Amino acid sequence: MGVAIHIDNVTKAYGKNIVIQGLSAEIKPGEFFTLLGPSGCGKTTLLRMIIGFNTIEGGEIRVNDKVINSIPTNKRNMGMVFQNYAVFPHMSVRDNVAYGLKTRRMPKAERYRKANEILKLVKIDQYADRMPTQLSGGQQQRVALARAIVIEPEVLLMDEPLSNLDAKLRVEMRNVIKQIQHQIGITTVYVTHDQEEALAISDRIAVMHEGVIQQIGTPKHIYQRPANEFVSTFIGLSNLLDADCSGDVLDFGKGYKVPMNTLKEGVNGKVHVAVRPEEFIIHTDGTPGIPATVSSSVFLGMTQHYFLTLENGKEIEVVENSDLSDILPDGTKVTLEVMPMKVNVFDAQSRHTLIREGA
Amino acid sequence: MKKRRYSPIWTFLALLILALFLIFVVYPLILILYKSVVNPADNSFTLENFNRFFTRKYYTNTLKNSFSVTIVSTLISATLGLVIAYITRQYKIAGSKWLNICIVVSYLSPPFIGAYAWIQLLGRNGLFTRLINNLFGLSFGGIYGFAGIVLVFSLQSFPLVYMYVSGALQNLDNSLNEAAESLGANNFQRVTGIILPLVLPTVLASSLLVFMRVFSDFGTPMLIGEGYRTFPVVLYNQFMGEVTNDSYFAAALCVIIMAITLVFFFLQRYIAAKHSYAMSALKPMLPRAQRMAPKILCHVFVYLVVLIALLPQLTVIVTSFLRESTPGIFTTEVSLINYTTIFSKNPLVIPNTYLFGLAAIALVVIFGVLISYLAVRRKSIITSTVDTLTMLPYIIPGSVLGICFLYAFAKPPLALTGTAAIIIISLTVRRMPYTIRSSTAIISQISPSIEEAAVSLGASEMRSFGEIMLPMMMPGVISGAIMSWVTVISELSSSIMLYRASTQTLTVAVYTEVIRDCFGNAAAYSTVLTVTSVLSLLLFFKLTGRRDISV
Repeated sequence: MGVAIHIDNVTKAYGKNIVIQGLSAEIKPGEFFTLLGPSGCGKTTLLRMIIGFNTIEGGEIRVNDKVINSIPTNKRNMGMVFQNYAVFPHMSVRDNVAYGLKTRRMPKAERYRKANEILKLVKIDQYADRMPTQLSGGQQQRVALARAIVIEPEVLLMDEPLSNLDAKLRVEMRNVIKQIQHQIGITTVYVTHDQEEALAISDRIAVMHEGVIQQIGTPKHIYQRPANEFVSTFIGLSNLLDADCSGDVLDFGKGYKVPMNTLKEGVNGKVHVAVRPEEFIIHTDGTPGIPATVSSSVFLGMTQHYFLTLENGKEIEVVENSDLSDILPDGTKVTLEVMPMKVNVFDAQSRHTLIREGA
Repeated sequence: MKKRRYSPIWTFLALLILALFLIFVVYPLILILYKSVVNPADNSFTLENFNRFFTRKYYTNTLKNSFSVTIVSTLISATLGLVIAYITRQYKIAGSKWLNICIVVSYLSPPFIGAYAWIQLLGRNGLFTRLINNLFGLSFGGIYGFAGIVLVFSLQSFPLVYMYVSGALQNLDNSLNEAAESLGANNFQRVTGIILPLVLPTVLASSLLVFMRVFSDFGTPMLIGEGYRTFPVVLYNQFMGEVTNDSYFAAALCVIIMAITLVFFFLQRYIAAKHSYAMSALKPMLPRAQRMAPKILCHVFVYLVVLIALLPQLTVIVTSFLRESTPGIFTTEVSLINYTTIFSKNPLVIPNTYLFGLAAIALVVIFGVLISYLAVRRKSIITSTVDTLTMLPYIIPGSVLGICFLYAFAKPPLALTGTAAIIIISLTVRRMPYTIRSSTAIISQISPSIEEAAVSLGASEMRSFGEIMLPMMMPGVISGAIMSWVTVISELSSSIMLYRASTQTLTVAVYTEVIRDCFGNAAAYSTVLTVTSVLSLLLFFKLTGRRDISV
């Protein structure tokens, strides 16, 4: 089984410019752990600190309780898959895969046997004698994956490995990666800016922003119970509404009040309510709700999307499962009811969640 | 910038290279700067040498002359190069592959060979001169002075502009042409409004390279200039002259010419950096169909220019197989006498050329690859310093470098004067910036993650450099080395300062034979040189599969 990685209060600085300060996280043995965040959030920097391409200016990283801060990269026994594949163009597919075994002084016959084995696993054994330039992007990425896992690393690191592939191949490859990772049970740290990819592939996700981990959790938890407004708007789409809260009741104004039972105790004052497009119910019969006007709509087959304008001018997106009833014409006055169990509530000041743990 | 801990061996290498550059580039330069402002009598500071130069018409005139010939030749070269590059890229010209090789060949021979060949053709007793004078009953005295120098330089330099512009035109996407046409531009508007502005920075940058080359060349004005003295000629005479040999004044002249080339160097860099368009063509321009009359016109023009540019080479090759009756006058008798003479006279010349050339190339490649690797992938104060220092030879004209070396390495502990080593080192230093520039381009195209992948797979830094970087760089480095080889063996201006009988090379031999009016021997030597260059060039095209080159 895989190893555990402890990232303990680490700091990364380039001169006086501190990129990551006192970051901590724990990665469990055999886990598929994803660092997710917008570009420049420090996720790749952190990944490169784990493998050793970046120095660590403070704190420590432990692999199975062994501090690795000063171990050189080539002695860390970690496999890495790069964004641009980084397949050696002057070596055949087989030699690429066998290279890590060569540096470990494995006899030639044995390393080719092992390379062939792994090539079968990633399903490119038929290309073993080709040169990388003769392969497609997806095939090259399989070579890179094979090359990284053939050395039986303690940790597998992947830096946006799918971002150079086209949409269809991306989905196919992420399933390949997920499946192989499960098969060999290796602790994996994966970096991506694509939230859908992160949700699909990860056991747990760490959402990063400006060098700080905003939240760590399972994909489902992060989507449904975001820790703060950043996570709520970065993962999926959230409509943020102003409301007042007192005595477990959200007051949206105009007489629309929603009793809540997911809030922490004693929440009072101005809040932001994050409502996902599927967490609204549209009413045309005057049921109490937030008044809005349909400004446009898109029919996507399985779902029906409405773009609405609130009375204060704010734009709102709502998704309904499509049914046989007519699509509401533009200009229709409606009221929007929110689903109190599903919505998230954030403090208007701190922008942190006001939802109770476990709710 | 990503900071990493690197193996100390890189720092050691960087320091070693830095030390070598301090000894072989910086020290000689500082020495010449010092000599230019010191009074030899009492070692005090003086500007007397500069004062003497700028207050005497005899000297300032040479500057004026240099600027005149350089500006005129550069303008002609730029125009010819641009027009021919455009025609060959835009229209189907029969045999354009061979034309391209011919143009490159005419560029690769040293300019002074052109000068002496043109004397054979249009000099006082030149073939064409006699023909013209007999035909029209004229008494044309031959092409010397201003006109001669400009003729030689223009024909010798336009290939440089041609090569650069041709490369730029290749990177110009055809959709730009199509867009212009779809917006209603006619042919003339398209060329002047779209194509010209896009290649203009390239034209300017390459013209400035021509300018620097022409300005500091001394062989050509020396041979064909006669009374028309240019600055490098005065510099050479001041230094080598038997009558006036004032090394302190010569040092001041070196400083003046370096100051001038420095200005143009920065101008060139500025234009190249500020005004270049990053272009890479998905769909390069396609040759266009042409009506008959312009088609013939284009063919005649291109072939005529290339033929004239190649005439010196052809003259040299033909005359090398002719017997001379008296020095300088060739009979029509075909013979190998010139070749037997040169092989018996100084049998060392050809081996020297090959040996020095190969040694210099080996050094240039090893150091060039290392320096560019350090500068790109191991950035530090030391490697940046080395990188900057390696640019210095760009602004040191060959003859100045020769003089610097003579001053610097005359005495122990580094008494190198007259040795093969001093010539090899000077060739290495002169070629270094070009090799570094091309290696830097090669390394920049290799993603850093390739090396990181090797390291993550357990390779040490040295191992990943040796097993991954070097093999990946090799094709580019080898083709660069062939080009360096061709330029190194045709180098004259520093070798002429540094040679002894035992260290003569082909170019030096050609020059000394020409000075002695032994044109037959000169032709034979120079043919050997040309054949070597052409063979190397064909090897280059064969290995790289390319049709164009960059120098």
